[in-house]
Amino acid sequence: MNTETSAARRFAEGFIRAVVPVLLALIVSAFVMMAIGASPLEFFAGVWKYGITGNNWQRSLVLMAPLVIVAVGLIVAFRGQLWNLGYNGQYLLGAVVASGLGPILFDVMPAFLATIVVFIVAVLAGAVWSLIPAILKARYGTNEIITSLVMSFIAVGVVNLLIKGIFKDPGVTTPQTAVIPDDELLPYIPGTQIHIGFVIAIVLAVVAQFVLSRTSFGLRVDIFGASPKAARHVGLNSTWMVILLFALSSGLIAFAGSIDILGQFTYQRADWDPRYGDAVMPLVFLARFRPVAAIPFVAFYAVLATGGTLAAQQAGLNVDFLLVIVGLILLFMTITEYIGDRRRLGQSYVPAGLRRTVLKPFLGSSVASSSAGTSGTENRSASERTPV
Amino acid sequence: MSDMLTAAFVTVFIATVLSQAMPLMLAAVGETIGEQAGVLNLGIEGVMLIGAYSAFVATLVSGSFWVGVLAGIVGGIVGNLAMLVLNVWLGLNQIVIGLAVTLIGEGITSVLYLQNYTKSPASLGAAPKLAIPGLSDIPVIGPSLFGQTGIFWIAVIVALGLAFAMARTNWGLSTRSAGQKPSSLDAAGGSVMRTRSIAVLLSGALVGFGGAYLSLITTATFSPMLTNGLGFIAIVITMLSRGRILVVMITSLVYGLAVAIGPALQVIGFTVPADIIKMLPFIIVILMLIVFARSSVVPPALGTPYTRGAR
Repeated sequence: MNTETSAARRFAEGFIRAVVPVLLALIVSAFVMMAIGASPLEFFAGVWKYGITGNNWQRSLVLMAPLVIVAVGLIVAFRGQLWNLGYNGQYLLGAVVASGLGPILFDVMPAFLATIVVFIVAVLAGAVWSLIPAILKARYGTNEIITSLVMSFIAVGVVNLLIKGIFKDPGVTTPQTAVIPDDELLPYIPGTQIHIGFVIAIVLAVVAQFVLSRTSFGLRVDIFGASPKAARHVGLNSTWMVILLFALSSGLIAFAGSIDILGQFTYQRADWDPRYGDAVMPLVFLARFRPVAAIPFVAFYAVLATGGTLAAQQAGLNVDFLLVIVGLILLFMTITEYIGDRRRLGQSYVPAGLRRTVLKPFLGSSVASSSAGTSGTENRSASERTPV
Repeated sequence: MSDMLTAAFVTVFIATVLSQAMPLMLAAVGETIGEQAGVLNLGIEGVMLIGAYSAFVATLVSGSFWVGVLAGIVGGIVGNLAMLVLNVWLGLNQIVIGLAVTLIGEGITSVLYLQNYTKSPASLGAAPKLAIPGLSDIPVIGPSLFGQTGIFWIAVIVALGLAFAMARTNWGLSTRSAGQKPSSLDAAGGSVMRTRSIAVLLSGALVGFGGAYLSLITTATFSPMLTNGLGFIAIVITMLSRGRILVVMITSLVYGLAVAIGPALQVIGFTVPADIIKMLPFIIVILMLIVFARSSVVPPALGTPYTRGAR
């Protein structure tokens, strides 16, 4: 690869390759809007108006809190080339722990202590839920994309059962949990309407960045991600690694759910699913699996989503249009990668491991041959360590 | 309880099993062909929705279920074009593109439906039945199996035909070799690109057909996120069936059974919460994965773009 490039140039190239897909996705989505008879100008003006102006920027920051934590959770798994796509279920599990267990705990103990207990239970719930995909992956090499997704659908059912069952607020006819009163919610940052979940999220991202890129644990994760076989040869316990990374990832995403309830929503309805993970996943790729780099992308999406909800209604669209934008970002990401590969612009967003993830990780003899598919797909994190 | 097991009850039960199993079967057969050729399509959830929506609209506009099915197939092929161009031709990552197709399919069909049909939610009514003379007079089996729509029989014949073609014809051999060892297919004078392109388009057609079956016959209407994970179940079934289409068909019936058992229990007198009924197929799938995880085998070249000359 290009060994003589300066740090500034690499940064610029990375920046361009991360921003171009987003811009292209926005442009194409504008055409799609025109095609289905909505006004893109009205939509984007609305996003600006409802996402940033006045006090709306604070709502965007509030939305960033769960999104950033979900991003960190995804990055932990993705770094180890484990594709945890069960995020929707994990998020809802964490949320239901907060909205269901929270009111019960707030009655018997001080709010501060109850909040801590809720967070711990939520993280544990998420971690335990991920055991089945993790063990199936570690033992039999079952594709974790599929198992985590299926477990996610089951989790949605479990959460709905809980909300309609033991956690239901008897005072309301629609199935929902009891509303948590204001004085038991997460406190605001002084002078704003932003709860401290935002600070927690940012701190988590910074800590994760440090752990993943500056500690021996991070190095182990990267070795494991680069090649499970090599990891086993240098004495890393693959089974344990899969379970640990999955539990961390899933626990963090559940944590995001509980923080979102205690900070913002105060209660949970049945069949409610914000699907944050779907939105965050492309952003995580764009940030090349670096937690701190994910923050600006998440901020961008938070503004788009906060403003987009109202703006979509005004422009005669539906909120689900945001899914189209996110899907387009994914598409243009791979196309940009292709062009970048052609022009030798730097590393790929998509590590080689994603190519071989459908194959058996520890047993297959075809792993080595399949990773030699296309050039220029070295993991960014691996190259960070190589002296320039 | 025994008096509930009347002929009429069993008839309805079998019909429900079949109507629930058919969309999944079609999608899983489509996915099987794609996977055998080495293309893992994670986007079939989105492609199914596109097929379901286009079939719904076409049937509403034209009044003919056959036009609807055709539209669904065309929709499925169009939905899979992204996979064809970006993955097969350009060799980009299949999983990322697949997820993108899922998100775009979900988003665009939901937006279009809510924009056009929320004010007057339309139901399609029942598709015309094709009673097979003689056989349809058999009690129980007759009305449930031999009183199905013509679309049902087309789907069965297509699936059986493809099962035969995959196992016994030159086309099937080259398709499977595109997933097993593309370089050998190349060396033997076949074109990996062409084989995979045909497989992806055929797969899109079948998945679109499955979506059409879902909206036209199983539910007789369209609603946003209608598939609700069916596409991912199809992928699981494909992996567990090791690429054998007949096994795919049988496994789909197991899924149909899992879905039909909930309402049936309610008729008998057990009240089962709707959420458990919705979860049941997924629980069965995860149990199947736990029990049969060892035997889920995928073609060696699955997920790897083919580059001529690369090792």
